[in-house]
Amino acid sequence: MTAPTIPAQPGADLSPRPLPWRRMAGVTWRQHRYALVGVVVLLGALAVWVWTAGTSLHNAYAAAVACHPVNSSACVNLVVSFNGSATDKFMGSKGAGGVLLQVMPALIGAFAGAPVLARELETGTFRFAWTQGFGRWRWALAKLVLLGVVLAAATAAFGALVSWYFQPESGANSQIPGLYEASPFGNLFSLREVTFPAWTLAAFTIAALAGMLIRRVVPAIVATLAVYAGLAFAVAAFLRKHYLTPLVTSNINISLPGGSTAWTIGQWTTKGGRFAFAGNPPDSLVNQLCSNVPQDKIGPLGFAPCLAQHGYTQWTSYQPATRFWPFQWIEGGWLLALSVLLVAAVIWLVRRRAA
Amino acid sequence: MNVVEASGLGKRYGRTWALRECTLEIPAGRVAALVGPNGAGKTTLLNLAVGLSTPSAGAVTVLGGRRAGSPAALDGIAFVAQDTPLYKTLSVADMIYITRTLNRRFDKSYAYARLEDLGIPPKRRAGKLSGGQQAQLALTLALARRPRLLVLDEPVAMLDPIARHDFMATVLAAASAYGVSVLLSSHVLTELERVADYLILLSRGQVRLAGAVDDLLATHGKASLEELALTYLRETPAEVTR
Repeated sequence: MTAPTIPAQPGADLSPRPLPWRRMAGVTWRQHRYALVGVVVLLGALAVWVWTAGTSLHNAYAAAVACHPVNSSACVNLVVSFNGSATDKFMGSKGAGGVLLQVMPALIGAFAGAPVLARELETGTFRFAWTQGFGRWRWALAKLVLLGVVLAAATAAFGALVSWYFQPESGANSQIPGLYEASPFGNLFSLREVTFPAWTLAAFTIAALAGMLIRRVVPAIVATLAVYAGLAFAVAAFLRKHYLTPLVTSNINISLPGGSTAWTIGQWTTKGGRFAFAGNPPDSLVNQLCSNVPQDKIGPLGFAPCLAQHGYTQWTSYQPATRFWPFQWIEGGWLLALSVLLVAAVIWLVRRRAA
Repeated sequence: MNVVEASGLGKRYGRTWALRECTLEIPAGRVAALVGPNGAGKTTLLNLAVGLSTPSAGAVTVLGGRRAGSPAALDGIAFVAQDTPLYKTLSVADMIYITRTLNRRFDKSYAYARLEDLGIPPKRRAGKLSGGQQAQLALTLALARRPRLLVLDEPVAMLDPIARHDFMATVLAAASAYGVSVLLSSHVLTELERVADYLILLSRGQVRLAGAVDDLLATHGKASLEELALTYLRETPAEVTR
């Protein structure tokens, strides 16, 4: 047995200065490189896909915009072709890619976040990590912040690409009516450069907390996906439309080109200052007042113009397209605040957890 | 200076006290053995001493009055937990990097020299090492931190006799040559005979006996540590069979 050659013990001081935070960079990289490389490869592959589809969409858009005269059949065909690619391509309303992208923040966050603490607790290595000189809560905080920042940067870049993809559709000054169809609130609102990183961070911190509470990687991932699905659904269905008080208009043309980029929240009709009905007019009313309207005259406005002649006023509450970025920052802001709270909860648990 | 001082220390999990009214002082410069049957509270006491858990009652300080788990305490204590947890997917070199980075002091050349002596290749994954090699790696990482107190929880329980011997030889060499105080728990009495000069006997969460081995043997008229421990544990037979 070779004698160990430990140099003489220097007197350790009673309140040592904490080790610098930057030391955790190398540690975090070594422990989580597979997760980080996996995220980059996944986003890279998706980026190639978005870029390919986006290029053909942009080309179709450019061709349609450049076409003269606008009313020629060739130009109409180009517009139809663009609209087809806008809706059919994988991120359009009929594309499967949109669904795939929707789950990316949850998947990335869950798979990157759950192991941070759960794997240590599952394999017992927390007893190694938490007894090193760096200190356990600083160790946990440094890891979560470093991983969170890297994930946020990667997903923000991807979100910028998604926004680029949608540029032709939200080109508000376009001369081609057909290009107006999409509301920026509908098309993967949560995958833009503000909301994508924010949702990913939320999933990541939910996963970290789930891992700390459940102490098993796989159940923590499953729990994260469940919680995330519930949160994302609640936000899309109930919360998002209330970020700012909706505007209300009695202009029935709100749904015509130029207005459809707004997000319609609700519609109701009054007569003589009294509430008449919400949403679509009841059949009995239509039969009574508008039965003489020929089928081919029922435009996109429905029976609203007919009912207006009988003293009915249709009201629409909506979020104008100009609120897109405020909505992005509101959603990004509260998700970031939620993430900070979750990290604080994790740190609190790490500090008080009994081994 | 005492490397560990506990007064009225207690730890409760739910309604069960894993450790009760534990009061003891372990002086520096010793190889102290924490002995007791399974479930006696050995791991609980060690976890409290290294700051992995917090007391439900009383207090524990280490290295001359430092709060267990405080930065100053973590700085001077190296802990090798039961079953020597390592990051199995990381290489030996990565484990050295991580330990070196997470601590104020780390003797890198000592660590690599020892691993070479042990025939452990730095590029091998920690999980691919044999049980004995993993234990030796964990011990090497702990010793390279140049701790003032080395805490080992059941260090040889999973090892074969040769690996046990090598492991204990390393511990003893560090203790005698460089004055590292050692606190180790074990229920393998024969291994402790050669190494321990201080004994803490624990059963059912309470300290039954504590003191320098020579003094205890003289006081109780026993020839060996094993005999002493067995006699004491036999006096409470229900606890031994637990």
